[in-house]
Amino acid sequence: MSWVTKTFNSTLGQKLLMALTGLFLILFLVVHLAGNLQLLLPDEGESFNIYAESMASNPLIRVVSIGNFAFILIHVIYSVVLTRSNKKARPVNYAVSKASTNSTWASRNMGILGTVILLFLIIHLRGFWYEFKFGELPTAVYDGVTYKNVFAIVSEAYSNIAYVIVYVVAMGFLGFHLSHGFASAFQTLGLNHVKYSPLIQKVGAGFAIIIPALFALIPIVMYIQTL
Amino acid sequence: MNLTLKIWRQKNQSDKGGFKEYKVSDISKDMSFLEMLDVLNEQLSDKGEDPVHFDHDCREGICGMCSLHINGKPHGPLQTTTCQLHMRSFNDGETITIEPWRATAFPVMKDLVVDRSSFDRIIQAGGYVSVNTGGVPDANEIPIPKRIADEAFDAATCIGCGACVAACKNASAMLFTSAKISQLAMLPQGQVERKERAEKMIAQMDAEGFGACTNTGACSAECPKGISLTNIARMNREYFSAVVSSENV
Repeated sequence: MSWVTKTFNSTLGQKLLMALTGLFLILFLVVHLAGNLQLLLPDEGESFNIYAESMASNPLIRVVSIGNFAFILIHVIYSVVLTRSNKKARPVNYAVSKASTNSTWASRNMGILGTVILLFLIIHLRGFWYEFKFGELPTAVYDGVTYKNVFAIVSEAYSNIAYVIVYVVAMGFLGFHLSHGFASAFQTLGLNHVKYSPLIQKVGAGFAIIIPALFALIPIVMYIQTL
Repeated sequence: MNLTLKIWRQKNQSDKGGFKEYKVSDISKDMSFLEMLDVLNEQLSDKGEDPVHFDHDCREGICGMCSLHINGKPHGPLQTTTCQLHMRSFNDGETITIEPWRATAFPVMKDLVVDRSSFDRIIQAGGYVSVNTGGVPDANEIPIPKRIADEAFDAATCIGCGACVAACKNASAMLFTSAKISQLAMLPQGQVERKERAEKMIAQMDAEGFGACTNTGACSAECPKGISLTNIARMNREYFSAVVSSENV
């Protein structure tokens, strides 16, 4: 076994992959949110549709998006690998456990939170990404140029209360996942320092609330607009 | 105090084991938890029954020998060793559940006794330093900043009791291993084997079947010596820098 495979087969190497991919996905969330907030602009989706088209046609963004899918896959695969070896490390559970007195609920349930987020991701990609890539989309014309009208399918989806609820609830799960994941990733990278760790924890706590809240705001506002 | 004890009984490593209930009465609030178990064992011996086996040695909170998962927490409700836990932490009439540490790397030998020699093997893999033979060196010959010396000493206070593993949802030994790596990595004496140590001790830790770290912080919260999570971050740095820069291909 070469030193590279040995490293990534070690618990620390696997944790490193979880942390690095997790941090990339955190960065992705910010970019994704910044783009999506354009859905709330009062222009019937013009800026959002132009933005979506420019993202899809930009070769750099295409490379990043392939990387993004790869990182999601690595994050999921290694979470399964690690969860399995962690379960093997304690085959017999305690009859009585007061884990809630020594750790947060989110930190002990990252796997469950992540699974729910993955399920949401599948619904989300099927609903929008797949439709945008392979579906029959209505079009919109701005300044003589024809664009795919993604805004139309988004606002149609968000007129359905069930869909809105799924989105809002999923963002709750994302918030809990981030509430532990953000600071935890830095700790795994070895970035624990008296000067920076308190800041990382505060930024992480804020991030876990603000980002999912703004994501959840989009379907809520768009649903209200259809009433 | 009168108490009901729900204790894990297991004849040997291959036995399935199960809980058994015992009653003890007239327990003083000033007794340590182990003294309370001594009272129970005298009762059992008098009746000709097999006493409950549990680990203990110094009973002063410094050897790390006593274990026990008491009412859902390693070493019971306080952040201390079981020998330093007193019966005043419990209420009269209470039912106390006592279990052994649960981890693949800590197999149950009998009742509440677990084999923690996996920790010894982690230490043997790299928890040592090279020293020159010859005359005794002068004390304070090597300058070490006070802050570094204190931090290394804090890591060195780990008594290897295994509460970190017992508390961790993944039965991970990262707090223990990181403390043992840190205490040497921070000091000049530990530099000779620094990279080799990180690689070998972590390889041994994995080979023993301990889980990975989820950074829940349960280990540090339950550690009787208050070993900090900064040690785990330091271990990660030690390991990552060792694997990319060592000559061990």
